[in-house]
Amino acid sequence: MGCAKRIIPCLDVTDGRVVKGINFLELRDAGDPVEIAQRYNDQGADELTFLDITATSDNRDLILHIIERVAEQIFIPLTVGGGVRKVEDVRRLLNAGADKVSINTTAVLNPQVVEDAAGRFGSQCIVVAIDAKKVDNQPFEWEVFTHGGRNPTGLDAVKWAQKMVSLGAGELLVTSMDRDGTKIGFNNPLNKAISDAVDVPLIASGGVGNLQHLVDGVTIGGADAVLAASIFHYGEFTVQQAKDYMREHGLEMR
Amino acid sequence: MSRLQVAIVDYGMGNLRSVANAFKAVAPSISIAVTSDAEQIAQAERVVFPGQGAMPDCIRELDARHLRQSVLDATQQKPFFGICIGLQMLFEHSEEGDVPGLGVYPGEVKRFPHERMVDVHGAKLKVPHMGWSQVHQTQVHAMWAEIPDQARFYYVHSYYVVPDDASLTAATTAYPFDFTGAIARDNVFAVQFHPEKSANAGLQLLRNFVNWKP
Repeated sequence: MGCAKRIIPCLDVTDGRVVKGINFLELRDAGDPVEIAQRYNDQGADELTFLDITATSDNRDLILHIIERVAEQIFIPLTVGGGVRKVEDVRRLLNAGADKVSINTTAVLNPQVVEDAAGRFGSQCIVVAIDAKKVDNQPFEWEVFTHGGRNPTGLDAVKWAQKMVSLGAGELLVTSMDRDGTKIGFNNPLNKAISDAVDVPLIASGGVGNLQHLVDGVTIGGADAVLAASIFHYGEFTVQQAKDYMREHGLEMR
Repeated sequence: MSRLQVAIVDYGMGNLRSVANAFKAVAPSISIAVTSDAEQIAQAERVVFPGQGAMPDCIRELDARHLRQSVLDATQQKPFFGICIGLQMLFEHSEEGDVPGLGVYPGEVKRFPHERMVDVHGAKLKVPHMGWSQVHQTQVHAMWAEIPDQARFYYVHSYYVVPDDASLTAATTAYPFDFTGAIARDNVFAVQFHPEKSANAGLQLLRNFVNWKP
């Protein structure tokens, strides 16, 4: 009863190509985006997320062509994030075939974009991505960071999550900057604190190293969906293996 | 202008490309178009009525394009497939914005009540209801052909329909209580979930619609 917990492979895109690398270093071409998306779809991925990590704005439009091509052939929800600055950016991504658009740094710099985009296109397609890090110099536990974790904002991640939902975010993608790339598991206390504080679904991200981490993300961290990149990209596990494991551990899966 | 086999009604609310893409994938040889042309909709063999966003906006935009009558006519005349808000708008009234719907069927569109959103283990259930849930077929229907009972479809919504006439319901989903996931009556079939985003089960439903002879 309820919803199956979702597994969401995340594909990094730069200059119109899907790439993989370790901590953004040594980025290598990982192949055709449609083929990769198709492979994850065939393995039973419940959704796909594309993160545009293109450094310059010159080649940003290339992501649109990728989304167009994927949306012609893959019939599961597609989320696109990275470099979204204006309501117009949201519109263009949705028109290309994205079902949801993820807003990160812009949500902090200009929260009005979240409210305007949700008002215009509906909360169901607005995901706010929150990058949080544990801090000891603030009266709260987790602080929101922007620009890929470089810039502190002084914002309490839990309160920020509530504010984003009140402005119209339909889902939250929470990445622990402490855990990202560590393979020691999601930051479950962070996710649990946010999940308990809001009514909208939470996607956990950052730190997955094995399949038990996915289970813990749901059962301990209260996540409704789990996002992972490297464990799938490097062929350590297939999405199907991850789903089987989660199902064997009592979770409702598709 | 040749007669469309499937007309997807476009009234400016959201992206209909996914719906069109999915139909093209299952029926590459049929003529299909996203259209806001009343004449084209009137001539079409089959009509798809999608919708996303908020129902008050959907009703307003539908009227702004003078398509209300086209949609009402289609519900009386030809195979008609409502999706998401396209299901909700068929009813008399919605709690969302306290607006009247098209009133094809008596009944109400309600929001998931905060106080009931707890599962059997006491865990909080999120609203919007977003994700893959089992769809229990409560009617034998040509639209369910080749789709197993309790197949999972992708939902994303905060409101659900409550038909006055319970026999309209063609499927239910539990979240946590059973709500109407699909309705069927004569030439009309409409679903709350998104078949165009529901992988193989969803594609089969679209294929069934193309072949449906009510």
